[in-house]
Formats: sequence, C-alpha cells, structure tokens
Amino acid sequence: MTTTIANRGLPAAEDIVGPTPGQQLRRRIFGHRGLMIGGGILVIIFLMALSAPFLAPHDPYFQELLARVKPPVWTTGDWKHVLGTDQLGRDYLSRIMYGAQISLLIGFAAAFISGVIGTTLGVAAGYFGGRVDMVVTFLITVRLSMPVVLVALAVVALIGGSLTVVISVLGLLLWDRYAVVMRSATMQIRQMDYVAAAKAVGCSTPRILLTEIMPNIMNNLIVVATLEMAHAILLEAALSFLGMGVQPPLPSWGLMVSEGKDYILFEAWMITIPGVALFLLVLAINLVGDGIRDVTAPENRN
Amino acid sequence: MLVYTLKRLLLALLVAMTVSAITFSLTYLAGDPAIAMAGETASDADIEYIEKLYGFDRPIVVQYFEWALNAFQGDFGQSFYFRIPVADLLLERLPVSMTLGVSAISFAILLSIPLGVLAAMRPNSLLDRLALGISVVGQAMPSFWFALVLIVMFAVWYPVFPTTGSETWLHFVLPTIVLGYYATPAIMRLTRTGMLEVLGSDYIRTARAKGLPQHVILFKHALRNAVIPVVSLAAVQFGFMLGGSIVIESIFALHGAGYLAWESIGRNDLPVVQAVVLVFSLFYIVLTFLSDLLNAWLDPRIRVG
Repeated sequence: MTTTIANRGLPAAEDIVGPTPGQQLRRRIFGHRGLMIGGGILVIIFLMALSAPFLAPHDPYFQELLARVKPPVWTTGDWKHVLGTDQLGRDYLSRIMYGAQISLLIGFAAAFISGVIGTTLGVAAGYFGGRVDMVVTFLITVRLSMPVVLVALAVVALIGGSLTVVISVLGLLLWDRYAVVMRSATMQIRQMDYVAAAKAVGCSTPRILLTEIMPNIMNNLIVVATLEMAHAILLEAALSFLGMGVQPPLPSWGLMVSEGKDYILFEAWMITIPGVALFLLVLAINLVGDGIRDVTAPENRN
Repeated sequence: MLVYTLKRLLLALLVAMTVSAITFSLTYLAGDPAIAMAGETASDADIEYIEKLYGFDRPIVVQYFEWALNAFQGDFGQSFYFRIPVADLLLERLPVSMTLGVSAISFAILLSIPLGVLAAMRPNSLLDRLALGISVVGQAMPSFWFALVLIVMFAVWYPVFPTTGSETWLHFVLPTIVLGYYATPAIMRLTRTGMLEVLGSDYIRTARAKGLPQHVILFKHALRNAVIPVVSLAAVQFGFMLGGSIVIESIFALHGAGYLAWESIGRNDLPVVQAVVLVFSLFYIVLTFLSDLLNAWLDPRIRVG
C-alpha cells in the first residue's frame, strides 16, 4: 500500500531535505527588511566616504568667495554646486562626502576602543565573579554617574580638540554598555556544559575565554558595537556643534550644522542637509544592529 | 531593609568619592594649573605666587581632600571669570536646569507610558508600529539638529514660542519637547515589554474571567506591576537629561547650569566646570539611590538577594 503511494510521483523521503543552516541564515538576512534597508544605506554612505577623493566634484576646502551660500540645485541653485555652497563658498556636496569619512572613522575607532575596554571588563566580571565582579560593577556605576557630554566637552576643551583627542575621549567614555552586556552574557555562557567540559579536560583559562566564551557572546558584542558606533557619531556631532570637537576647517557634519545655524532664518537647507546625512547614517547603523540581533538571536535558531 | 539601605548608602558614598576624585583630576589634565592661570608670558615669580595663593604647591592628595571636603559642604571655590563664589552661581542657575529636567521627564513619561500601554494592547497593530517608528527616529536624530528644526518651525515660520531666554514658561516648551523626546523611546519600550509580560499572566486572565472592564484591568491591575522597572529607568533618564541639557540649553540660550558649564568651558573657568560635573553626578547618584530603595520596598526579592 505504502509503496503504491510512494510510486505515484510523491518524493521519496531522502529527497525531502530542509534548507541547510547556511541557506536558512541567508534567507533570514535577505528576508529582514530593516537589515536590508539599513545595510543598503550604510553601504552607500561607506562608498561615498571611500570614493570622496575621486568622485567629489570640488576640493572640500577650496573657498570660492564669489559664490558664498549658494542654494542647492532644487531651489534656485545650479548644477555646478549640486548641494549649494557654505558661508565660505565651499562646495556642500564635497564637504558632505568628506564628512562621511570623519563620522565613519570616529564611529569605528571609538566603538573599537570602548569595545576593547568594555569587553575585557565585562567578560572578566562575568567569568570570574566575586571580587572582580564587584570592582567592575563599581566602575560601571561610577562611569554611569558622570555626565558624558559635559565630561567629554571639558576634557576636549582642556586638551585641545582634534580628531585623535575626540576619538580617544569617546572611546574612554562609552564602554559602559559593552561591560554591562558582556558581563551578563558571559555569566550565562559560563553555566554551559561545554565550558565545564573544557575545564574538565584541563583547558587553560585564557583558552576557555577565547575559544568557548568569546565565540558565543560575539553576536551580543556586534549588536552593542553598532549601538555604540551610532552613539559615538551622534556625540562627535554634538561636540563639534558646540565647538569643542573636530575643529574647522575639517568637514564634520556636526560642525557644518553649527556653521549653518546663523543662516537658518532664510537658508534652512544649510542645516537640513548635514542633519539628514547624520540622521540617515545613525538610522542605518541602528537598523543593521537591530537586524543582526534578530537574525542571530538564539530564540530564532531552529 | 535596614541592612540593604546601609549597604546601598555605602556604595553611593564610595561612588561619590570616586566621581569627585575624577572631577578634581580635571585640574591637572591640561598640565600645570598655575601656569595656565598665570598665562604664557608669566615670570617664575608670578607662577610661584599663584602656586602659593591657590595651594598648588601642596601634595595632590591634600589638595583633593580639601577640595572635596569644601565641595561637600557647598563651597566650590571662586569662579575665575566672575570672581564670585561658584556656589552662588550654581544656586542662581540650577533652578532653570531643574525646571527643564522635571518638565522634560514629565513630558517623556506622559507621552511614553500611554503609547507603551496602547502598543502592548495590540502588538503589531498600526499604533504599535507608529510607536516603534517614533523610537527609531528618536534614536537616530541628533538632538541639536532637532532643536534647530523646531526653532525654524515654531519661531520663524509660525512664531508661537520664543527661542531664547528663560523668563516665562513659554521659553521652556521647545527645550522640554527636545529633551523629553530623547527619553521617550527607552521608557516606551520598557512599558511595552512590561505590559506584554503582565498581560499574559494568570492573574490578568482571572481578572478578565471575572468580567472586569478593560480599563480597570489595564490601569489598575496590569500597569501597576509593569511600571515598577520604569521608575528606576525614569530616575536614570533624569540623570542623563541633566547631562544632555548642556546641548539644549546652549541652543535655546536657556540660562541654566548646563549653559553655565558650556560658557565656563569656553572661558577656561575650571572651578565652575568641576562644580557642575560634580553636582550633576551627585544628582544621578542620589536619584538612583532613592529609586533602588523604592524598588526594594516595592519588591522584597531585591532586598534579600
């Protein structure tokens, strides 16, 4: 009876194979709308930053003093300066393209420095517990009590604003979320049988941390890294806007908003363009972070 | 409860000590403070005179303890720029920041808790998506830029609100919206997840089975339990707001403590900057201390564990 049914053109058992884990992952990635949109915007901004030296229509520092505050092409401007020019006659589109380099550099570098600090502290606290945990928790509490913007402003003003200083200050300030998340993730993984097994066969502590703990908290780390990257980019923009971050003539988007704010009454596009650029970049990073969390979340795994 | 209170108090004091030490160390961050005060062209005798006058020639630990003891008694020294006690300046400026902070957190709570409750009532509905959209946009929009956009809209195109100064309540409307908006996403999401969790619990099913009206279930039974974690989040957010007020106050020229700090940073008026950093940190420490106590009182499991 069963053979006759099987012979009527129904597929045999060995032909019914589910998609491989790799296929499933790819399906989840490409089926995630937020991740696709965010990833798309991020790729565009990234390419814009990389190609700025070749594709930017003008030198971002060249001051065309006879063509100051020219509006963008869709209002009354012309195609020579597609996004118009600033108060010194510098081409806005070129400055936006070079500005993407600054934002991305600060985002990556600050998120990397704070990631190293926060992950070290968090993993140590979560794995060793006891006194180490107490000290790390105390450090996190102290860090959270200090107002970030104010301290960053004061330190940058005291040392003097430059790209390196801004990156270091943000890197040294934004490690708290890494430490909190890595601490609780490590605490969960530490309970796993495979960690106990690794201990039982005599693996050294560094080896357990690197080969058993780290790979399993990696997805959390990436998600926090995207959040902190977005945070660092917004903070740099705020610091530069207040005049204590990246210094002129560098085309930081925050600085561009600050320079354009004297013209907001009649030339609102001057703050709109860099503001939208910042918004899109941070939005894209956040969407990618949320997407990675959704795609790699253990509860979604089959 | 007493043991928990004492333990928590000890922690708060230790944190306050550490924060004050970090704040004090700002003095030495830019190099020798005596040279900075005397100026580049000062002679050695001038520098020595300033070192004696301000006590920079003593050991750093002694200087720190003197500074910290005075600070905790409300004496933050003299402002380099205004030549008056920093404490007087703070007393004049802090009420503005506090008004802004309190109105911003109230705005955030009034906006985010109803939205969170409504979003949790119908997950994945249009309203839930709208609430999600508000929080996604809020996390990505630079606050200073949002403030400028509001200025263009409500002061230039439709002149409803004044954009600079702090004389009337109207001056506080736009800054409150900007500052409050940034606390909204976190509070809203916490309310939503808390409500979703509580609404799925057995006692809510019992309440429904008894035939209680929807609004009684939502607001009397569910929300009460769902907002417990929101209390501590609101305390944390209030602390962050004080820190964030520096950006908002400087845009709206609202003469609060944040604006004072920003001006003082530009003027190298270090005693004022240190005082504002310390006072904002202490506010955060006291608020989180109080909210932890409140939570321990509401939830006995915390104080035992």
